[in-house]
Amino acid sequence: MASVTADKTLDTSGLNCPLPVLKTKKALEELQSGQILEVISTDPGSKADIPAFCQRTGHELVETVEEGGKYIFYIKKK
Amino acid sequence: MATERLAIIATKGTLDWAYPPLILASTAASLGVETAIFFTFYGLNIIHREKMKHLKIAPVGNPGMPMAFPPSVKKTPIAGQLAGLMEAIFPGPPQLMGVIPGMTDFMTVMMKKTMKDHGVASVEELIELCKEADVKLIPCQMTMELFDYKYEDLIDGLEPPGGAATFINYVLEADKPMIIFV
Repeated sequence: MASVTADKTLDTSGLNCPLPVLKTKKALEELQSGQILEVISTDPGSKADIPAFCQRTGHELVETVEEGGKYIFYIKKK
Repeated sequence: MATERLAIIATKGTLDWAYPPLILASTAASLGVETAIFFTFYGLNIIHREKMKHLKIAPVGNPGMPMAFPPSVKKTPIAGQLAGLMEAIFPGPPQLMGVIPGMTDFMTVMMKKTMKDHGVASVEELIELCKEADVKLIPCQMTMELFDYKYEDLIDGLEPPGGAATFINYVLEADKPMIIFV
């Protein structure tokens, strides 16, 4: 269980590279600065790609949870 | 902030080779990099209104192609067992199979199905994502004339056709330029 509460959830289960990153970017556009986006992914590639996306774009990756074949990311919009 | 630009040159017109430029471009753009794809030679087919719908994957001349059946086929009773047997015997589709009429179309259908089963986006979908992310899609003027492709034959939302100088200039205008050749 994550210690942060999300303002919005994006479920990319079943989708593969590069869709989780592209959909994350779009979903973040709809949030206000400081709000948290929860991204659920089943793509093992997103484990490295979502942190790389955050590093590049300046959004803060607050927490990553891995459970039952799912990767859950909590991203705070910059 | 220093401008970062990624320019990708797409030269191949098969289904498998359409993916790398579109995936890299849409992702780079979503990472905040100014991105363009220069479509030249067979790469023009990726943005051709009609030809983009019929991009194919050929077993001939592609010894790296794995023998991989779509997961949904492998789950069906008899076809699934047959597919499993084929995968166990052959490392990839035997090159000779390529001469059988319809084999390229069959391989293409199988590949598209496998991609769909794995949640990989279609070429059309990736082009739309590129456009949404403001990737500049530039058709090569010279090859358009060479292949007799009119600007109207190509999909909407493209930049005007450009030449080598336009492309090099676009890249070098940036503080941090990058080029990828596909």
